[in-house]
Amino acid sequence: MIQTTVNGKLQKLDVDPATPILWVLREQLGMTGTKFGCGVAQCGACTAHLDGQPIRSCSTPISEADGRQITTIEGLADPEGKLHPLQQAWIDAQVPQCGYCQSGQLMSAVALLRDSPNPSDAEIDAAMSGNICRCGAYGRIRKAIKAAA
Amino acid sequence: MNTWSRRGFIGAGVLTGGALVIGVAVRPGNPVEKLRGKVATGDGEQLVNAWVKIDQNNAVTAIVPHCEMGQGAHTALAQMLADELDADWAKVSVMQAPADGSYVVPDAAREFVAAWSIDAPRWLEPTYNGLFTQISKLGDVLVTGGSSSVRTTGQHSMRIAGAAARQMLIAAAAARWAVPASEIVAENSTLRHAASNKRGTYGEFAEAAAREPMPQTPPLKDVSQFKLMGKGLQRLDIPAKVDGSAHFGIDAQIPGQRLRYVAVKAPPVPGAKVEAINSAAAKDMPGVLKILNMGDFVAVVAEGYWQAEQALTMVEPRYSRTEGDKVDSATLSARFAKALDAAGSAGGASLADEGDFANAFAKASKKVTAEYKVPFVAHAAMEPINCTAWVHDGKCEIWTSTQVPLMARSAVAKALDMSADDVTVNQLYLGGAFGRRLESDYPVQAARVAKEIGYPIKMIWSREEDIRQDFYRPADISRFSGGLDGKGTPVSWNNVFTQLNGPDGSWDVAHYDIPNRSIRHAEADMHLRFGSLRAVDHSQQGFFVESFIDELAHAAGQDPFDYRRKLLSKSPRHKAVLEKVAKMAGWGTPLPEGSGRGIALVKSFGTIVAEVAEVKMQDGRPKVVKVWCCADAGYVMNPDGFAAQMEGGIIYGLTTALYSGITLKDGGVEQSNFHDYRMVRMDEAPEIAVEFINADGKTLGGAGEPGLPPLAPAVVNAIFAATGKRIRELPIAQHFT
Repeated sequence: MIQTTVNGKLQKLDVDPATPILWVLREQLGMTGTKFGCGVAQCGACTAHLDGQPIRSCSTPISEADGRQITTIEGLADPEGKLHPLQQAWIDAQVPQCGYCQSGQLMSAVALLRDSPNPSDAEIDAAMSGNICRCGAYGRIRKAIKAAA
Repeated sequence: MNTWSRRGFIGAGVLTGGALVIGVAVRPGNPVEKLRGKVATGDGEQLVNAWVKIDQNNAVTAIVPHCEMGQGAHTALAQMLADELDADWAKVSVMQAPADGSYVVPDAAREFVAAWSIDAPRWLEPTYNGLFTQISKLGDVLVTGGSSSVRTTGQHSMRIAGAAARQMLIAAAAARWAVPASEIVAENSTLRHAASNKRGTYGEFAEAAAREPMPQTPPLKDVSQFKLMGKGLQRLDIPAKVDGSAHFGIDAQIPGQRLRYVAVKAPPVPGAKVEAINSAAAKDMPGVLKILNMGDFVAVVAEGYWQAEQALTMVEPRYSRTEGDKVDSATLSARFAKALDAAGSAGGASLADEGDFANAFAKASKKVTAEYKVPFVAHAAMEPINCTAWVHDGKCEIWTSTQVPLMARSAVAKALDMSADDVTVNQLYLGGAFGRRLESDYPVQAARVAKEIGYPIKMIWSREEDIRQDFYRPADISRFSGGLDGKGTPVSWNNVFTQLNGPDGSWDVAHYDIPNRSIRHAEADMHLRFGSLRAVDHSQQGFFVESFIDELAHAAGQDPFDYRRKLLSKSPRHKAVLEKVAKMAGWGTPLPEGSGRGIALVKSFGTIVAEVAEVKMQDGRPKVVKVWCCADAGYVMNPDGFAAQMEGGIIYGLTTALYSGITLKDGGVEQSNFHDYRMVRMDEAPEIAVEFINADGKTLGGAGEPGLPPLAPAVVNAIFAATGKRIRELPIAQHFT
């Protein structure tokens, strides 16, 4: 039995401890905001936070989350539903196209701004280059991060 | 734009609860019964193919038949409808239309089919529409592709429905208030009559409006009257895409049902069969429910997707041998070259012939020849291919992300030997598509597995399967010869290439003033399946043609921008776009050593686009620092959405130009995932500047694709300017190790 806190709520999970966090979120917990993109930590679509650090949930087993805190895109807004400033910046800059990668993009950006509140272009490159956007919204992502910084 | 000549039959109806519904009945006698319960429920409905619903609480619902895959069609189409309706934009929402034949758009069908072969005179128009209605019925043409949604459904259905609804609401108010309709003003979902100081909402008149006679040719607004069209309104689908609540195909759930998960693997060589499988090691793995040899693929059904995927790696399949096994990229290239050798300069099939190119070439002062090559390219949308299916009680229901819901329905019905009426397709958001989701292989796969096991399943392809079982942009070789006169002006143009993948490729250089042209196509076989990839034929043809024209400019010792400009005397719109992008980019101003600019100009899907790329050599490799883009789409409905599509086309084009190369070994695709099928990422994404020209304010060009074709040639032309090295084979990265 794995015990992990997801977006502030304790979850007791009877799953194979080797199961990647991604599939536990999507299938056991029905939280589909975190996306499957490549399965090998190459695209960043599955990015979530484990104790505040961005992880590739497709390649991180649920056993690693035992006794720890997972945050997903569904947990970014505050409890009253007010959007995180980056989510609002994403709307203002009209970032998403298909939107499939954007949960992962946002989770990477949230970690970036927490560690570096006024990131340089080089810091944005370093923090965000693990997340592929096939629709090519990179310029708008950069703009939104700077607007929220 | 204030008249419309299409033969349509507008219909209206009233729904239970007093809502007004309006649609364009493209097929007279269209059976409406089937749509009950899909768009609205209740008796007394007269539902034709509905585009707009106005209910008594004053809410306006635009019912959009096209899918949303990031191109912004849902918003742009609602915007067109709401403007003609004079609706309050804050009260407008979008509903995905059900996958039903009633939503087939004849204009879309015509766009797709006519471009291939039919050149019908204008006087055939009336029957022409009838013909295409028939074709669309047969071919299930409810397509989102070809950068066409705004141009077809928007222009010929949404606007008309909005204008008709507005007129009926006014008529209803005029009757109730006993005032002349001409004195009633409709604005922001409200009707007003100033003289009698009366006002009411659209909702209050919805039911009465539904009983008014239908205007058959409602006048449409002139550009000067547009309030919402032409504005960069925010996309309606974006809020759900920043909080994880948007549902894509892969997120499908069936209420009240527990899903099982399916991982699949098809033979690596297309056309091979699975002769046998050894599932001894896989069958007792945790969560595994069933292992199936489906003949053309292996399927593992398990309690969870990860379990299915794990077990699939332990299944040992034996594949049949095929002719394709002997093919690798080099043998295929040799086969293409042989086809071109056989065709020479005058063989193969003619696509365009004007003047006498052979004679002009023989007499030319300067002769230039070049051969260009492109590889296969995979779509690699971020959402891997997937489909949820449930077959029970003689019916099949699927949930998926598709560009072609009706074709998917037909394909599933055929595979399962059912009537199409027994197949329901539920359309979710598409996590990218770029043409891959024009194919219906995956709904068929999922439905076949679901039929075999009887309970609902969600099939998800691994990224590896997604890359290896694609319908690729075809590899292609294109050969050119061009002759210049004493002043360097081109007098002959000969072009022969191997793959024709679309009706109107950019091989047609008629916008340039080159007198003697012969453009030909020499078919060469391949076993790999190919399909439509963003910009389709223009993707490679833009690279070929705009590279060669650049080579001619350099052979003539002239500036590549100026050279093109002088050849555009008969194409003022092309010329204006080219001049504007050169101005934006500061063309001609000095750059540091090791940097260069390249320019290219391609018209595709009705939109003329010119781009300038600036390349800087860094550690011996080219880095694209900035791209300037100018587009003329005639009239841009949503400027910010349009710019986003140009930006997206540029980044997609840059990945394709720099990195995309699917190679074959022993008949199978060598690449497998993003580590060996590389994408442009944030650190390589150039700054992009987009501007546009609303040249005539009337014609509508596409947005989703036209930004891509000029990118690759602009970049190789910039690399030439920076280094003197001419790249004639994509992807570019292979030339700089």
